[in-house]
Amino acid sequence: MALTPQQVENVARLARLSLSADEVERFGEQLSSILDYIEKLQQLDVSGVQPTTHAVGVTSTPLRDDEQRPSLSPDEALANAPQRDGTYFLVPRIIE
Amino acid sequence: MKTTDLTLAELSRKLAAREISAVEATRACLDRIAATDPALNAFLVVDEAGALAQAHASDERRARRQSAGPLDGVPLALKDIFCTKGVRTTCGSKILENFVPPFDSTHVARLKAAGAVLVGKLNMDEFAMGSSNETSAFGPCRNPWDPSRTPGGSSGGSAAAVAARQVFGTLGTDTGGSIRQPAALTGTTGLKPTYGRVSRYGMIAFASSLDQAGPFARTAEDCAMILQAIAGHDPLDSTSLDANVPDWVAPLKNASVKGMRLGVPREYFREGLDPEVEKAVRAALQQLVDLGAELVDISLPHTEYGVATYYVVAPAEASSNLARFDGVRYGLSLREQGGLRDMYFRTRAAGFGSEVKRRIMVGTYALSSGYYDAYYLRAQKVRTLIRRDFDEAFAKVDAIVTPTTPTPAFRLGERVSDPLQMYLADIFTITCNLAGLPGMSIPCGFTQAGLPVGLQILGKALDEASLFRVGAAYQAATDWHLRAPKEVV
Repeated sequence: MALTPQQVENVARLARLSLSADEVERFGEQLSSILDYIEKLQQLDVSGVQPTTHAVGVTSTPLRDDEQRPSLSPDEALANAPQRDGTYFLVPRIIE
Repeated sequence: MKTTDLTLAELSRKLAAREISAVEATRACLDRIAATDPALNAFLVVDEAGALAQAHASDERRARRQSAGPLDGVPLALKDIFCTKGVRTTCGSKILENFVPPFDSTHVARLKAAGAVLVGKLNMDEFAMGSSNETSAFGPCRNPWDPSRTPGGSSGGSAAAVAARQVFGTLGTDTGGSIRQPAALTGTTGLKPTYGRVSRYGMIAFASSLDQAGPFARTAEDCAMILQAIAGHDPLDSTSLDANVPDWVAPLKNASVKGMRLGVPREYFREGLDPEVEKAVRAALQQLVDLGAELVDISLPHTEYGVATYYVVAPAEASSNLARFDGVRYGLSLREQGGLRDMYFRTRAAGFGSEVKRRIMVGTYALSSGYYDAYYLRAQKVRTLIRRDFDEAFAKVDAIVTPTTPTPAFRLGERVSDPLQMYLADIFTITCNLAGLPGMSIPCGFTQAGLPVGLQILGKALDEASLFRVGAAYQAATDWHLRAPKEVV
């Protein structure tokens, strides 16, 4: 199954990636061959088979108690912020 | 014999007997790194000052007779996927080139509590996506046995550092073979624990239902000593198992495979398996028989669907996990032009390398409207079939033994232009992650050209003890794990 350049661009848009024209062409070919290979899964009969979301049972992973615990200070949490304003992360304007 | 030639267990005994100090051991590692790493590129960060300070503190604890245990004063290093408070953590990516975590991962916190000296951060494929360390944004790591070849990946630096005897042990992560494959290609011992055995807190996420941290070292015993320190339930990871952590190290003194039933899956000995790898692995199986084990012919019929299943599940989870790299809270942020939306697109386009973009796109496609049932849901159902294969096999055997990889270490550049060929070579390691089982690779021979070959041992869930037992018994009778590459200076 060959992906069209439009399909590649659409997936890139959903993933918030801007691609060069060269990348659209190269990824188009590579994604097509990967998806062709994955088609192999259609050969199997999986009717009645339950999906595995996690290899371990959920019952063995109880939630911890909802108690106050020490956590990062605002300054620590913001230490890597590209831009901050007081205790907020600053981002470029949202409404264009 | 140089200090760096000691195994971790030997160093630990010498530290306890005060025959060597932690500072001496750490200096020996720092000297060894300075001498060998220009040719290898295993380290992304060497924290010399931090390591020496930790070593001094360890020696002071010893002097006060307040040792923190067998890892106290032992120099180790970490794949650059583990967050280290105050020490740059890149995950092999430009998007995190200047990221300095404000916290330690659970693994780092537990190793520090055990007194280990953390020497630095190790090279890896970007976001652990790769099988050759070539997707690292900071240049590939090289194989100490032949620097024109890959050490494997994604934990290439973790494997190379142990093989070149730069440190006594390392941590890596394994999502589809990223500990076992590089261990095999570098002649080291590496273990992927049962999913949930070790916390994932502070380990930068790739595919959350598959990711698991584990040790690399020279021997099975050394790996057991490291796993002992990091395993066990962590309230900060709801998928970490609240299961008893046994003493893995003590029973290894007299490890024997006598009476063990070891399954040999016929699907692993087929076309595509390098004849020299097959020969070394068959010889290792015979050795295990000579040591008292019984080989049992078994079938894991869905093995051939492992790679296809993995390359739906892992990219799907990755596409979701890597959505967090958006230029808002940390990491690269290109925000000079346009608004918020432009910042997302520009930052991610400039910050991620090709392999990461490719996998994000495969995952986004597999999860997108109209394709979810055909890809992701179907892959999860096939995952159930793969788990059942193992359940049926483990009703008959105590552990499973296979080649770790179909070929020895390949040349850098050999497979980069064809991602699918790179993926297909992971066929022997991937199903273990899909089923959540523990797996280990130990050195079991060399090719004519002098490249290491690995034997993979797969176990039942939570039965790391059997893997250590087979590994220690084999290593007590063989010397492959003692061989060192020629000086790589």
